[in-house]
Amino acid sequence: MLRFLLTRLTSLVLSLVVASAVIFAVIEVLPGDPAAVMLGVNAQEDTLAALREELGLTEAPVMRYFHWVTGLLQGDFGVSYSYRIPVAEMISDRLQVSLPLALFALVLTVVIAIPVGIWAASRRGSAVDLGVMGVTQLGVAVPNFWFAMLMVLVFAVNLRWFSAGGFAGWDEGILPALKSLTLPAIALALPQASILARVMRSALLDTLGEDFVRTARAKGLTRRQALWRHAFRNALIPVLTIIGLQFSFLLAGGIIIENVFYLPGLGRLIFQAISARDLVVVESVVMLLVFAVIVVNFLVEVAYALIDPRLRSAR
Amino acid sequence: MTGTMQMVLRSRSLVLGAALSLVFFGAAVVSFLWVPYDVTLMGIANKIKPPSAAHWLGTDQFGRDILSMIMVGARTSIAVAVLAVGIGMGFGVPLGLWAAARRGSLLDELIMRGNDLVFAFPALLIAVMITAILGPSATNAIIAIGVFNIPVFARLSRSGALSLWQRDFILAARVAGKGSARISWEHILPNILNLLIVQGTIQFSLGILAEAGLSYVGLGAQPPVPSWGRMLAESQTFITFAPHMALFPGFAILLTVLGLNLMGDGLRDLLDPKLRRGRE
Repeated sequence: MLRFLLTRLTSLVLSLVVASAVIFAVIEVLPGDPAAVMLGVNAQEDTLAALREELGLTEAPVMRYFHWVTGLLQGDFGVSYSYRIPVAEMISDRLQVSLPLALFALVLTVVIAIPVGIWAASRRGSAVDLGVMGVTQLGVAVPNFWFAMLMVLVFAVNLRWFSAGGFAGWDEGILPALKSLTLPAIALALPQASILARVMRSALLDTLGEDFVRTARAKGLTRRQALWRHAFRNALIPVLTIIGLQFSFLLAGGIIIENVFYLPGLGRLIFQAISARDLVVVESVVMLLVFAVIVVNFLVEVAYALIDPRLRSAR
Repeated sequence: MTGTMQMVLRSRSLVLGAALSLVFFGAAVVSFLWVPYDVTLMGIANKIKPPSAAHWLGTDQFGRDILSMIMVGARTSIAVAVLAVGIGMGFGVPLGLWAAARRGSLLDELIMRGNDLVFAFPALLIAVMITAILGPSATNAIIAIGVFNIPVFARLSRSGALSLWQRDFILAARVAGKGSARISWEHILPNILNLLIVQGTIQFSLGILAEAGLSYVGLGAQPPVPSWGRMLAESQTFITFAPHMALFPGFAILLTVLGLNLMGDGLRDLLDPKLRRGRE
């Protein structure tokens, strides 16, 4: 297990190094002069020179990359060019919206998809199974931002159960804040829950056909007991993989959904930064999201090894 | 031949999916020759009209005909998704085949780790980075979605090719003196074509969804080129009193994606007899 952890950790660090190098190269090296990108075509030469000085562009790219990474490691994300405040501060403000939103959506996804998937698998071929397959087929195909707009129309405009957008803030208490995240979380969760329910169903059907389940039945367990004690745990491996991947989709997908509901999260920040050509902010937010994706995938691999000892030695 | 045809027709999801997809492909093709109204034609007198005999799906805030906009928008969606799948296959398949031919080598490891890394950048983030530098455009959307497709096809073709490399007919080809590049091209590729077609259909539908999302947030095709995602973005301001503006483009996306997914499922069942039996 220790050896497994060490190799995984090495590849985690390597991935982070390469990913940060790619982001740095795309945003700071490829455009040639980032200062010119930020200030636009009509910039005066002396303003350009001042900005280059401020961003440290006079240094060689390798040194700039090195400074950027060491800064990131110390929590220093640089200073936003358009807002003149530290990017770390802006990000931590916005994370208070984006992270709970992604987690909320993940919880909804898992809580809905796992029971539904098990339900469909245990009644394979029945009307329930067909219904679940039909609804999830629709859930995968629906653009979630459009579904979000329709929910606003029904639940905010017509029924007035929720507000159409905006964020109540955590200072007002947990419930109002969660309430303003509810519709966005449902919109984010819908396609992911549909995918997960289908994966849960087919994984369970696969394991239900395995010899050890037949042995369990032969031993005298009921179908239900065999399902819960033997098949479910084994079916969890593919399900966990998908959940891990989904968390990154939820974090990144939040960027679009936040725009539907005017939520002040990372998604809004990144688009404001794009229109303000604030490359420092874009670079940091992208790095943060990619960091989250890579770390989550690492955790999923470790979680596998805990569930399934076979995987530890296989690598 | 009639046997194959019967099998195709028996697969309900394939028939339904193909029919749905054909409707939107047809709409895109027809839009080059004819649309009910010119989409560049604005008429303030006609703005935000609900569906009527003259405008079947109503008009938008500039008085443009929504049916015509959806027909022309289908071109944008399909073009972006087709090119993105093309990029994914064009780079991913050769990489995957190459990795499989040199399985276990440093090259294989490099290609696969590179793939993992690209997976850490969701298409949306790639689009955000490109847009931050180059500004928004349909081309950038194509690149962003296409780059994300590369590892999908690389993994698929590698795993498909790996099992084939163990087979006797490949051994025979090696004995006959063929190099690994030629074997990959002449023997492996035709045998994984089914896999690629099915995955291609799925990535195509994901591409349509991704394009819609990108153009919804303004990172896709720019005005005046109509696109489904931007129609939805523009409809949002008017949703309380003109829901038809939001409904129809959304249904266009939903039905196209649904059609492609059903078609993908149907094709998989049809092309992979093992799966077909396993599912029943």
